[in-house]
Amino acid sequence: MTAAATMDHLDQLENRSVHILREAYANFKNLGMLWSIGKDSTVLLWLARKAFFGHVPIPLIHIDTAFKIPEMIEYRDRLALEWNLTMIYGQNRQALDAKQTYPDGAIDRIACCKALKTDALKHTLSGEWPRYRLNHAKRVYEVDRNTEAFTGVIVGARADEEGSRSKERYFSPRNAQSHWDVGDQPPEFWNQFKTEFAPGTHLRIHPLLDWTELNIWEYIKRENIPTVSLYYNKGDGKRYRSLGCWPCTQPVESDARTVDEIILELQTGKFANIAERSGRAQDKAGGGGLEVLRRDGYM
Amino acid sequence: MGQISTSIAPPEPRVSAPVGVQRMNIVIVGHVDHGKSTVIGRLLADTHSLPEGKLEQVRAQCELNSRPFEYAFLLDALKDEQAQGITIDAARVFFKTESRPYLILDAPGHIEFLKNMITGAARAEAALLVIDAAEGVQENSRRHGYMMSLLGIRQLAVLVNKMDLVSWDQAVFDGIVREYGAFLDQVGIRPSAFIPVSGRGGDNIADRSQHLAWYRGPTVLEALDAFRSEPAPTDRPFRMPVQDVYKFTKQGDDRRIVAGTIESGTVRVGDHVIFYPSGKKSRVKSIEAFNRPAATRADAGHAVGFTLQEQIYITRGEVATLEPEPRPQVTTRLRVSLFWLGKQPMVKRKEYMLKLGTARVTARVEEILRVMDASTLGTTEQRSAIQRHDVAEAVLKLDRAIACDLAEDIASTSRFVIVDDFEIRGGGIVRETLPDRQTSVRDQVLLRNYKWEPSTVQPERRAEKYNQKAALILITGDSETDRKAVAKALEGKLFEDGKVVYFVGIGSVLYGIDADIERKPENRLEHMRRLAEVANLMLDAGMILIVTAAELTQDDLEVIKTAVQPDWIETIWAGDDITTDLAVDLQLPTGAVPEAVDQVKSHLQDKGIIFRPW
Repeated sequence: MTAAATMDHLDQLENRSVHILREAYANFKNLGMLWSIGKDSTVLLWLARKAFFGHVPIPLIHIDTAFKIPEMIEYRDRLALEWNLTMIYGQNRQALDAKQTYPDGAIDRIACCKALKTDALKHTLSGEWPRYRLNHAKRVYEVDRNTEAFTGVIVGARADEEGSRSKERYFSPRNAQSHWDVGDQPPEFWNQFKTEFAPGTHLRIHPLLDWTELNIWEYIKRENIPTVSLYYNKGDGKRYRSLGCWPCTQPVESDARTVDEIILELQTGKFANIAERSGRAQDKAGGGGLEVLRRDGYM
Repeated sequence: MGQISTSIAPPEPRVSAPVGVQRMNIVIVGHVDHGKSTVIGRLLADTHSLPEGKLEQVRAQCELNSRPFEYAFLLDALKDEQAQGITIDAARVFFKTESRPYLILDAPGHIEFLKNMITGAARAEAALLVIDAAEGVQENSRRHGYMMSLLGIRQLAVLVNKMDLVSWDQAVFDGIVREYGAFLDQVGIRPSAFIPVSGRGGDNIADRSQHLAWYRGPTVLEALDAFRSEPAPTDRPFRMPVQDVYKFTKQGDDRRIVAGTIESGTVRVGDHVIFYPSGKKSRVKSIEAFNRPAATRADAGHAVGFTLQEQIYITRGEVATLEPEPRPQVTTRLRVSLFWLGKQPMVKRKEYMLKLGTARVTARVEEILRVMDASTLGTTEQRSAIQRHDVAEAVLKLDRAIACDLAEDIASTSRFVIVDDFEIRGGGIVRETLPDRQTSVRDQVLLRNYKWEPSTVQPERRAEKYNQKAALILITGDSETDRKAVAKALEGKLFEDGKVVYFVGIGSVLYGIDADIERKPENRLEHMRRLAEVANLMLDAGMILIVTAAELTQDDLEVIKTAVQPDWIETIWAGDDITTDLAVDLQLPTGAVPEAVDQVKSHLQDKGIIFRPW
C-alpha cells in the first residue's frame, strides 16, 4: 500500500498549508506571521515548523490590545523562548494612554476593535508605530530597529469562521490603506498565487483557509500541539471556544476538559450546530460588523 | 437561543461521516440565474447541514421584508451580494452526507466573474453544472464546460434545473442531454449523469422526485457520493518543482534541504535524482520531516524535503525528477492552449511573466494559432490579439528554458499562469514543446551536467570565503564604445577590493579556444557556446568574470544562458543607444570611465553579488 493511499483529510490540509507557507517564504522578503495566541494561529505556527523543518524563519507578530487575558501573554512568551521565535508585538499606545477604548467606556465595541486591533495592526505592519521585539538573551521586549513595512502577512483565518472569510483567497491583496476589495479579487488556480504586488500594497496570506474548527482540534490532538489552557474547562463548567479581549469575549458553558472532549463536543455535542464565534460580541454589533472591519484591514 | 451566526458555513453537522474519509471539493457552475444558489441551499437544508436556527432566521428576515423565502438566500452571506442579487465570488460551503464531508465552491455564473469561476473550479475534484430547463444550453454553459476541460476536471454531473417550469417534460430534458452531451464529448468530458431537478421544490436533490418518475438515474446526492476522490498520481514519473533549498546554519542546523511538493510519482532514499532544466544530478540521502518518524519514501501530494548525497547548486524553479524515469521537456518554445482573463488583450511583442511549477520566466506571444469561439467551438479567423475570456492556441517564447511536461503526460507540470501588471491574467496547459535555436547546445549542456563531477567544496562555502557571489558580467555595446576600458577598470577596482575577479575579452577566446573554427556568422552559436562553457567553469570556481564583446544579441544571451546559470548573468550595455534586441540589466551612458565603474559596482551591490560596506 502506498503512503499516498493513506493520506487522510488532515494530511491533505497539512500538506497544502505547508506548500502555501513555503510559497510565501520564497516570494516575500518582508514576511511576517500574525499570532493571536489562539488555537488557529498556533496551528499555523506549528505548520511553519513543519514547513521549515523545525525552524520558524518568519517573524511572528502579535497585536497586543492590552486587554488580552493575561494567561495568553504568558503562553506567548514561553513558546517564543522555547521555540526560538522572532517575536514582535505592536499596540495602539495613543488610544490606550488616552483611554479611548470600549472597556474605558469611551467608544463602542466596533470602534474599539478598529482602534486596538485594525489600526494597531496596520501601523505595526507598515512600521509607522513602534514594534517591540523579544530579546531572547535578556528575555525582555525592546523597540525593534527594523521599521521596514511587511509586504506579506500570514494570517490564520479560516473560511468557515464567518461569511466574509469564506470569500478570501490564499493570497489576498490589500491596497496601501490595507483595504480589501471583495468584489474584484485576483483569480487563483493550480497552486499559482498572486505573489507579485505593486509598491505600497501588501498581501494577506491564508494557509488555513480550508480548515474547519474541528480540523484544527483534530490536528492539535494528532500533533500534540501545546494550547493555552483557557480552551479547557478547569472545573467551573466553563471554557473559551474562541479567544479575544476579556471585556468582549465570554467563555461558553462546557464540560470539555481535554482535546478529545472538545472534539467530541464539536462532533456530536451541544456545539455541533452553533457557530464558533458566538461568544464574540463584535460580530453581532450592527449588520455585517465583521465584514466592515475586514474590508478596513481587520484580520 | 440567541446564537445567531453570520456564517454561511455551518459547523460540522450532526451526521458524522466515517472517520478518516477525505473531504471532497466540488465546484458548482452554471449560467447566471440557472439556479445554482437554490440547489446549494437545498443541499444544505436537506442534509441538515445548516447551523441551528439559520433557516428560521432567513425565513423570518424574508417575512420582515415581505419577500418570499428562497433557498438561495441561505447563501447570501455578504451584504452587497444581497444588494446585487448575484454571487460575486467562489464562496465555500461545507456540508456532509452519510458517506463523506464536502466543500462546495459556489462559482458565479456571470461572464464578468469568469476568473472567480476558474478559482473555484481549479480547487475542485468534480463539478456540478447547472442548466435551466426552460432557457436551455447557453453560451456560458459551453464556456464553463470547456473551462472544466482545460482546468483538468474530469468528473462532472449536469443538473437540468427548474424542471417544474417545463411541466416535468421528459422531451425537454432529453433535448438538453443530446445537445450538451455532444458538446461535452467534443471537449473530452464524459459526464457521470444528467439529472432532472427542481432546486425550488427539492426534486431529485436529496430525495427522489415523484414528478420525475420517468427518470431512473441518481439524485444529486447520489451523484455526489458516486464521485471518486482522485488519487494523487503516484503511478506517473516523479516530479517535484523545487520551492526552495533551505539551510538554517545560524540555528545550528547543517542540513541542506531541497523542499517542494511532489506533483507526481514517488521518491525513495538512495534514488538518483536529476534536476531540470539544468540536468544536474545527485542522490537522495535522506527524507526530512519535523515531528514525524524518518521516512524512506515520499509520494505525490506530499510537501516534503530531502537532502542530497553529492552537493550541487540548484535553485527554486528547477524540477526534481528521477533516473531512469522519462525526463521532462526542456525548451523555450511552447505550443499551448490558454484562456485569457485580462481586461487588456494578450498581444504579440509584449513581455509577460509565465509561472509554471515554481519557475518564473519572461514570455512573449510568438504566434496566435487560433482563437476558439466558446459558443460553437469553431475557430475564428486569424487574430492578432487574444481578448478577455477568449480561449486560444498560441506559441509562447520564453527568455530562458524551463522544464515542463505535456498535458497528456503529466497534467500538473503542464499547467502555467500568465502574469501581467502584478496580476494573474491567464492560464493554460502545454500541448507541445517546440525546438528552439539552443536545442543542440542544451543537449550538450545536459550531458555535461549529467557527467559533471561535483566538488566536495560547496558553492555556498566558496561564496562565503570569497565574500561574493559568482557572476558573469557581460559588457557589450556598439563597436564605437570603449567597453574594454570600463571592463578593465572594473576588474582592477574589484581586485583591489579583495574580490576574486577576472577579465576576458572575446578576442582572447576567439583565437585560442575557438582556433579550430572559422569566424563566420553561421559559427556564432558555437563561439557563444564555447565562451559560455569557459565562463561556466570560472563561475563554478566562485569567480566574478567580466566579459566584453561587441553588439551581443538576445539570441547570443540565450545561448549563454543555456550553459551558464541564468540568474548569475548581468548584461551591461555601454553607450547611449542600444542597437540590438538584447535585454539589458544596466545601461551606461557615454562618459568618464570611473563613473561607469562606480555605476556597475553599485548595480552589483544592488544585485547582492558584492556587499555594501556597513
